[in-house]
Amino acid sequence: MPDPSTPALIRARALTKRFGAFTAVDAIDFDVAPGESFGFLGPNGAGKTSAMRMIACVSPVSDGELSVLGMDPRADGPRIRARLGVVPQQDTLDMELTVAENLAIYGRYFDLPRGLIRERVAELLDFVQLSERARDQVESLSGGMKRRLTIARSLINEPDLLLLDEPTTGLDPQARHLLWDRLYRLKQKGVTLVLTTHYMDEAEQLCDRLVVMDKARIVAEGSPRRLIEEHSSREVLEMRFPVGVQETLDGPLEGLGERVERLPDRVLVYADDGDAAAAAAHERGLRPEMSLVRRSSLEDVFLRLTGRSLVD
Amino acid sequence: MATPAAIRVLEHELLLYRRAFRGTLVSSFLNPVLYLAAMGVGLGAYVATGKGGAAASAALLGGVSYLAFLAPGLLASTAMQVAAGESTFPIMGGILWDRTFFGMLATPIGVVDILVGKLLYICLRLALATCIFFGVMTVFGAATGPQAFFAIPAAILTGLAFATPIIAFSASRKDPSGFNSLFRFGVIPLFLFSGTFFPVSQLPGFLQPVAFATPLWHGVDLCRTLALGTATPIGALVHVAYLVGVAALGLGLASIALRRRLRQ
Repeated sequence: MPDPSTPALIRARALTKRFGAFTAVDAIDFDVAPGESFGFLGPNGAGKTSAMRMIACVSPVSDGELSVLGMDPRADGPRIRARLGVVPQQDTLDMELTVAENLAIYGRYFDLPRGLIRERVAELLDFVQLSERARDQVESLSGGMKRRLTIARSLINEPDLLLLDEPTTGLDPQARHLLWDRLYRLKQKGVTLVLTTHYMDEAEQLCDRLVVMDKARIVAEGSPRRLIEEHSSREVLEMRFPVGVQETLDGPLEGLGERVERLPDRVLVYADDGDAAAAAAHERGLRPEMSLVRRSSLEDVFLRLTGRSLVD
Repeated sequence: MATPAAIRVLEHELLLYRRAFRGTLVSSFLNPVLYLAAMGVGLGAYVATGKGGAAASAALLGGVSYLAFLAPGLLASTAMQVAAGESTFPIMGGILWDRTFFGMLATPIGVVDILVGKLLYICLRLALATCIFFGVMTVFGAATGPQAFFAIPAAILTGLAFATPIIAFSASRKDPSGFNSLFRFGVIPLFLFSGTFFPVSQLPGFLQPVAFATPLWHGVDLCRTLALGTATPIGALVHVAYLVGVAALGLGLASIALRRRLRQ
């Protein structure tokens, strides 16, 4: 929760981004407190990246107010960027340079002295477990390694605020967990993280607080736990029926649990007691091919708020 | 003391260039050697006995050997080609392929810093290529007198007059398909018809004003008159002013095009 007594690191009021007639971010309000880990959760095209690019001072604000580190991106872009670390959605590494050279030249962009850069390159390579690849060309690295290098690079100036745009999209589970671990360590050290993601597990793992974005607007805000409490039941009963059966079940599903959601491949019954709901379904003669009870997740919150699933 | 942001961009370019350094040195040396040997010396022998006899040829070339006529023109053309090469694919790469410009822009470096840093790098590349070319010219006996040395800065300026507008062009393209046309219908015709190989007075009358309007003709004539010691203050000033004007116009356009592309 943001503490009202400390000034916000990022403050946005009616923040808007337009590209011609298209509105990518539509008058959103949010604050990020120092040390907080804040997430934008939403499907592709919800406006997360456009919001991030405005915070990173690389994309001009179309309308509304934005202050980052207490400064105005319009006037103080370079001074703000000097204190930011940015992990863009698409890597912007120098493919022809080595791993260590990529870090070193990035340090020079911040005008860090060469001696200091040498120290930090060694530390950061160790931190992201790439020390052994220091002299290899970036082109030869795996996707997960490139992502780790991008994160190491974003830390070369010891930023006060780290912006991560879909840090683990496209990575295999092992690479994602390694990255999450590194990000969690940064969070422990007090680095403020702002990230966008369309993975619920990522948001749950990393975010103290998040906003759910859909169609350029913020549709909900809170901690992962509070969002689930407010917008979903405690448990969910998932049932999968044989092909063609689901469409015939309108009557028997009626009134099961607090709410019933029909997805193309399964039925979700929201109830505080999932097992009781499963028993009730059985009593009504429902015989799903598969049935399981699980806790509500942010996916359910998103489904409730937007009527759509996050990852199409 | 703070290093200017454009210099930090230049550091990046030089770090990359370290890998290509040897290759470009060899070609910067071999190109003038091959051209001057084949066209200057070999073909030049026939030019001396061309249409209307030796006297007519010599008069057309301003009383010098074909080699001496050709070499400074080639110097200016070489600058154009180096500049065109550095202003096309590397610019598109920074925007589209490696996207290194976006990496730079996430730091205190701005769009204009990238542009100026790139141009500083192109200046260094031009200086290296033209100095090597000038050395080869001297060995071939095609550079006479100390004033000929001024053909080097003149050639660098010629290169810049191509670099800035071509960067503007590259920054506004969605893909590299336009580059082929740029070289096929721009760089190569200029190379062939802007007075490098023969005086533009040999062109059909209606094409001559076109030649005079191209920056390469100004560069060629400036380098040639400087190298041959026939430059007049007014003539040289007109050439320099024209080239500076084109370079400045290109700089403005390039900065607009890059900003539009990188700061959405």
